[in-house]
Amino acid sequence: MSHPMPSFGSFALLLAFVLSTYCLVIGTLSLWAIARKRQLAIPADLLRETARRAGLASFVAVFGAAFALIWAFTTDDFSVDYVLHHSSKALYWGYKISTLWSGQEGSLLLWSLLLSGYAFVLRLRHKNDVTLYAYASTILAGIQVFFLSLLVFKVPPFALVPGGIAPADGFGLNPLLQYPEMAIHPPMLYLGYVGFSVPFAFALGALMMRYPGEKWIAITRRWTMVTWLFLTCGIMLGMHWAYAVLGWGGYWGWDPVENASLMPWLGGTAFLHSVMMQEKRGMMKRWNVWLIFVTFMLTILGTLLTRSGLVSSVHAFAESDIGSWFTTFLVIVVCICLFTFFFHNEHLKSENQLESIVSRESSFLFNNLVLLAACFTVLYGTLLPVLSEFFTGSKITVVGPYYNKVMVPIGLFLLFLTGVGPLLAWRATSLRTIRRNFIIPCTAVLATALGLMASGVRPWKDDDPTGSIYALVCFSLGAGVITAITSEFLRGAGVVRTQTGKNLFGSAFLLTRRNTRRYGGYIIHFGIVLLFIGLAGAAFNQSKELEMGDGDSLALNGYKIVCQSFSQDSNPQYDTDFALLDVFHKGQKITRLTPERRVYFPDTDHAQVSTMVAIHSTLAADLYVVFEGRNADSGRPIIKVFLNPLVNWIWIGVLIVILGTALALVPPLLPASKRVEATLPLPSSNFAAGPGSAYASSALPASEVPRV
Amino acid sequence: MYKRSLHIVVLLVAAFSMLGAGDPSTRFDKIGHKLMCTCGCSEILLECNHVGCPNSTGLIQDLHAQVDSGASESAILTWFADKNGAVVLAAPLRGNFFDQTTWYIPGLVLVLGIVGILLLVRYWKGRLAIAAAAAPPPPPHTAAEDALRDQIRRDTQY
Repeated sequence: MSHPMPSFGSFALLLAFVLSTYCLVIGTLSLWAIARKRQLAIPADLLRETARRAGLASFVAVFGAAFALIWAFTTDDFSVDYVLHHSSKALYWGYKISTLWSGQEGSLLLWSLLLSGYAFVLRLRHKNDVTLYAYASTILAGIQVFFLSLLVFKVPPFALVPGGIAPADGFGLNPLLQYPEMAIHPPMLYLGYVGFSVPFAFALGALMMRYPGEKWIAITRRWTMVTWLFLTCGIMLGMHWAYAVLGWGGYWGWDPVENASLMPWLGGTAFLHSVMMQEKRGMMKRWNVWLIFVTFMLTILGTLLTRSGLVSSVHAFAESDIGSWFTTFLVIVVCICLFTFFFHNEHLKSENQLESIVSRESSFLFNNLVLLAACFTVLYGTLLPVLSEFFTGSKITVVGPYYNKVMVPIGLFLLFLTGVGPLLAWRATSLRTIRRNFIIPCTAVLATALGLMASGVRPWKDDDPTGSIYALVCFSLGAGVITAITSEFLRGAGVVRTQTGKNLFGSAFLLTRRNTRRYGGYIIHFGIVLLFIGLAGAAFNQSKELEMGDGDSLALNGYKIVCQSFSQDSNPQYDTDFALLDVFHKGQKITRLTPERRVYFPDTDHAQVSTMVAIHSTLAADLYVVFEGRNADSGRPIIKVFLNPLVNWIWIGVLIVILGTALALVPPLLPASKRVEATLPLPSSNFAAGPGSAYASSALPASEVPRV
Repeated sequence: MYKRSLHIVVLLVAAFSMLGAGDPSTRFDKIGHKLMCTCGCSEILLECNHVGCPNSTGLIQDLHAQVDSGASESAILTWFADKNGAVVLAAPLRGNFFDQTTWYIPGLVLVLGIVGILLLVRYWKGRLAIAAAAAPPPPPHTAAEDALRDQIRRDTQY
């Protein structure tokens, strides 16, 4: 027992695997017995309960394994191969914890831990609907068995170093990962990835048991929103990390790993919109089931693509030979989904049908179409190098220029729908309503376009007008969407003000509290518009590169950067080259920037270079300065300066999206619980005041329900 | 008259598309952003920030030479692809059938989806019309019901 914690970790993983397998097998058996009303030696209800408890215990076991690995990192136990390859004695202790997910084995353990955590919460809340939760719990156990079998049999995180003799020090953590955002970016992303297992499990479970009604949608709505929120945060943190660390001046490189995170996000976004059709109108039931199936499959497919080495990625630290495992798992999932759907979909018939192309329902349909087209394009682009090699024998590269050309029109169409959708009424929209709702946003679009052209955005004067045309359209549409959202808030607040006598701000607040989901959604849309505006700013990026000695200066679009000095420094972790640059704007010194170039593990055979970008950030633009290296002959630094307009709008937009999602998760003010006697007799046939009518679902407090 | 207008439009479009085409630095920048560095950094050629990169320096020199020779953009890109393989291009050319499909398929999927939705709505509306024709006519609205419905709509709009 020379290595107690790795042994404990290995045992905990094995135990978790056994418990999850028990939960899957016994859970399936008990649910089969209950569904078929079969008698077993032990009552099926009791078996189901033991399966649930085994599932709960598996979380404790996986947690124990993760704890053991973190313990090994924090105590520098280099007898563990994974610790040896991803940590070192000098590594800051905070990063020693984040090394858990810095490689293949650890990140799969994190995946398993998060999945068991989600399942733990789900199993604790089983009293909401014992049978549906039992189905979901069993399906989650099936997913968990897959990940644990990988950890137990294929990529054990506690494997000891060959020979069993621990080296004195480890190889250290990849310097690109030694950045605060990288400590939270992967867990956020994984919370998003893994979280889609929960709505998937509920959807599949509900389908298996032919669950009537929309309760599973109501149960999973919050799970899906939370998951979507985590994925959004994870993607944003990844973008910001790429922008601040990689030093190429951008935040999104259309790398397969980035694409793998975007695909389920697009699928999840489509699902979150589409379920509203099912809740409000009882439509799109089959579509919704498949949307969440596909979203879950995309998380597995993305992982398969990026970990199997099938497509090359700059995130090379995640590649390995586990592709065949993921392929097999994906095929099993697809088969189960197809089989279950084929035999159990009769109860998913729509209760209503679409009545007009100019309606809220059709806008949701188009929204789904555009999101899925975007998802397909990303998947297609990611797979193109493989497809090209297969069909033509030569591999092609597919990065920014391709995606920018095919994705931007799709994105602009989506932005257009973001503005149009909320202005349309359910079922059908009259011409009068269209005129009333659209006149102001359309005016805003035109005014913005004319204003921008007057202020100098003139694509017809550019050498390559595509980018600035797209930017012009994006800014104009963005103005239209913001105007539409604002007018919706004002119109609603006006009605509340008439009802309650509050001022406009109080009315808007009360309005939002009454329907947090709807107005939270509008805030999310507002954030998305800001994000689009920030993305469109890239059409006007500029850059310049110069070798700079003491006193040399570089001018870029009104900025002047003067090199005051450059020097070198060294510490136990890395050697660094840096330059001190004074930045002037309109003759005034505004800041001093210190871009760095670090060499980690110098004087070793695994030295790694990393840039520390210096950024002067304003709402208008980022001045982004990179120390690219030294000229080998002159010894002077080579500085590259980017001027990236509107980048901050992206981060602000995402923060607003997070705020809006958090708001949408807040329960609304309770609807009226007291029925009020009608003073008019209710007509029997053609007056729709039954369950689900406007009054039954009104969010008005009882005191405010008008007496009719 | 129409012919002359057409000529003017064609000339304007041609002149518009040629604006700035003769500026070598602009062409260098534009084409350089359609090429990849082949050192394994997965970055656009002109964005590769590795000083002393074994590949980008040579590629950039090649690009300067090609731009100075006055060759067209597609000729330069083809030259690079022939010399370094298709991986040097940041996006596929529109040469062979496969490369062409890579550009059209996303748009085609979107257009087919839109057509599908329009057909679906038409089908649903047709079914609704048949169902409505088969159903007995609803009793006429009374003024009191209309007033009630209007008030409910106003009060529950938000």
